[in-house]
Amino acid sequence: MKNALRQIRNYPSAVFGLFIILFLVALAIYAVIAIPYSEAVRLWRGEDNVWLETPRNARPAWFNYFYKEKRPVTIVRRTSDEDAQKTVVDLGGGVQIVDTILEFEYTYDRFPSELAVFLQATFQAARPNVNLIWVTPDGREIPLTEIQVRSSETYRISQDSRLERRLGGVKPEIGLFSDPNNPGKPLKGTYKVLAEGMVFEEGSTVEASVVVYGQLHGLAGTDHRRRDLTVALLWGAPVALSFGLIAAVGSSLTTMMLAAAAVWFGGWVDWFIRRINEVVMILPLLPILIMVGLFYSRSIWVILGVVIALGIFGSGILSYRSMFLQVKESGYIEAARAYGAGNARIIFRYMVPRILPVLVPSFVIQVPSYVFMEATLSVLGLGDPLLPTWGKLLSDAQTNGALINGHFYWVLEPAFLLMLAGLGFVMLGFALDRIFNPRLRGL
Amino acid sequence: MLNVEATQARAVPRRSGAGSNLSRVLRYTLVRGLTLLVTVVIAVYLTILIANGGGYVDQMRIGQIREQVILQMGSDPEMALLTVQQRKQLEEERVRVRVEQLGLDRPFMIRSFEYLWNGLTLNLGSAEYLLSDSGSRQVRNILGERLPSTLLLMGTSQLLLFFCALFVALFLSRRYGSFLDKLVIALAPNSAAPAWFYGLFLILIFAALLGWLPYGGMIDAPPPQEPLPRALSIAKHMILPVLSMFIANIFASIYSWRTFFLIYSSEDYVEMAKAKGLSDRQIERRYVLRPTLPTIITSFSLMIITLWVGAIVLETVFAWPGIGRLTQQAINLYDTPVIVANTVIYAYLLAVTLFLLDIIYSIVDPRVKLGGGGNRS
Repeated sequence: MKNALRQIRNYPSAVFGLFIILFLVALAIYAVIAIPYSEAVRLWRGEDNVWLETPRNARPAWFNYFYKEKRPVTIVRRTSDEDAQKTVVDLGGGVQIVDTILEFEYTYDRFPSELAVFLQATFQAARPNVNLIWVTPDGREIPLTEIQVRSSETYRISQDSRLERRLGGVKPEIGLFSDPNNPGKPLKGTYKVLAEGMVFEEGSTVEASVVVYGQLHGLAGTDHRRRDLTVALLWGAPVALSFGLIAAVGSSLTTMMLAAAAVWFGGWVDWFIRRINEVVMILPLLPILIMVGLFYSRSIWVILGVVIALGIFGSGILSYRSMFLQVKESGYIEAARAYGAGNARIIFRYMVPRILPVLVPSFVIQVPSYVFMEATLSVLGLGDPLLPTWGKLLSDAQTNGALINGHFYWVLEPAFLLMLAGLGFVMLGFALDRIFNPRLRGL
Repeated sequence: MLNVEATQARAVPRRSGAGSNLSRVLRYTLVRGLTLLVTVVIAVYLTILIANGGGYVDQMRIGQIREQVILQMGSDPEMALLTVQQRKQLEEERVRVRVEQLGLDRPFMIRSFEYLWNGLTLNLGSAEYLLSDSGSRQVRNILGERLPSTLLLMGTSQLLLFFCALFVALFLSRRYGSFLDKLVIALAPNSAAPAWFYGLFLILIFAALLGWLPYGGMIDAPPPQEPLPRALSIAKHMILPVLSMFIANIFASIYSWRTFFLIYSSEDYVEMAKAKGLSDRQIERRYVLRPTLPTIITSFSLMIITLWVGAIVLETVFAWPGIGRLTQQAINLYDTPVIVANTVIYAYLLAVTLFLLDIIYSIVDPRVKLGGGGNRS
């Protein structure tokens, strides 16, 4: 064994594969620590409006390094920020005028994707009133709207059709930013949003936040529900690794044990195992998995159990069986029987270890196919309902026409990680196969 | 065929006697046929149990019937005249009648055996929800409508794959260790990724970026009427799915065939043939291909069966109207008859093929003795 590990160093592909696997393991550990399970589920379900301030279908932010015309990332300004310029005029009797100026720099060459103002108010009976005014860098003042604020209010500037008409029929996110001398380009400089608030009660407050949604977001971009893809890309790693490893190890170990038992006991045990094998080979794997997902549970662990149970049978058990038939005849087994070793001892201590060199590479090579199986099930809409996985990203992208709409990053990111996982295990597996089974080296 | 008869003739004298040989063949055939039949019965019954969710689908269907009855009664103005008690009674009555009509009142276990019998006698019945494009509810018609497109897609790609792999493998086994050989070995692991995964990339490149080929579907809309443009349109839509299946499987199957041929071409009799100075083609035909014929036949016939199943995800990704996509639709609609019919036909095809293979083996390969233990399963 030690010798084998030393030999790995002689195979650059094995070292490379191992390196990839270690990277994925590190990614998985980081994901589980940085975003705990419950947090990942909460984020991916989008509870409590966690994704209110991220743009829809945004590309990764680092794309800006490759664009000649820089695209905006999201800008958020709140009245509760320290640097917001606030002036308060007390009119007595609890009536106050609170004027806030929200300032931001806009230095991009493209227009933002959306504009929105979120308002929060606390009051007893009389709702606070807010008047919003847009001020461009060249000093034009464009009144946006006047709102009587309920406890929480959303004003989507981009969807204000009256404002659109006032701006001459252009979308507000373009009309409010465009350069009057060059309407196709945004005007760079300092924009201001004046929030002129008026509260009518003692202790009543009103807060506003302006969100200028960008075209780019974060490391990985966002999807159609504004969710940051980083969450799913990170959490896909532990899910894929554990699914692939458990399924591969579980099914190949059980297969081998069954084959060993069939050969050792022979007779009806052998007959019975072979008949079960025939039945299972006739059952179509994917439809059965889909049906289990529909009727019983979509939890990834239930599906994993079925995958292992069905994966035990198949052509693998037959080839192990023929190997064990040879092993059974060898002299040392006869010696073991002569000194009175029990059935379990012979199977687990003498027969199974003999086949391990064949088994280890084969299950390493099997891991990717199980990783891809999880993705396949997700694409069919049978992914785990809670956990974000690589397959679910591909499935979302597929159902939302990512390729037709040009959102290539949405498909390429999970596909790249899936390929990386596949590549790592396959490279290591093939090298291990050569180390453990030198007979094959010639072929 | 002549060759086959020759081998058979050569094989016969070695066996004990013609009479006992025939009875052994018959007995073996009978036993093998019976075991396969039992296997099919069990597999189909398991599918029925799973496809009905162990009776769960029945509960769901009764719930649906109740919902329909309530909706019907709600839209009926005469119902307003009845008391709550009467209305409740009427609702129960109507639900009961409908449930009895569909036979849902009998225990699931009894009905499951009826399903089994109907399935095994290929009495496929009618679908619960799915309709064929011509509006028929008969499972036979629904499957029949989808079969040609699946056969077209899968047939083209599998045949292409099979023969390409075989010929390239033969070619490589002659010059193993060459650069091309090493390249194929290095590329073989790519089959860990399924065909639909490559399909995504192909769509991205050829449909989204270059715009040369369509994203999916089987024919242009509206479909051309003349036969030639029609065929061209279908061919255009087939390129990407066929290519993705080809990429996903070609290297792995070349690799396995090549290794297989290499084992056979290092036999002593091949060395002998080489020493005699026979040409490469002759060696291949007489000494490499002939002993490997049983394996080639097996894998060819198993490949033919897989045509039936279609490729569920690939057909979904490419919106190809085949059996695979039908299966997925049926599963999502809990349309048990369609799922069971599909499995039954597949099980029958597989069983019949395995059975025929056993017999073909004995004809093609003189080394196989029928009834001599029957170790291969």
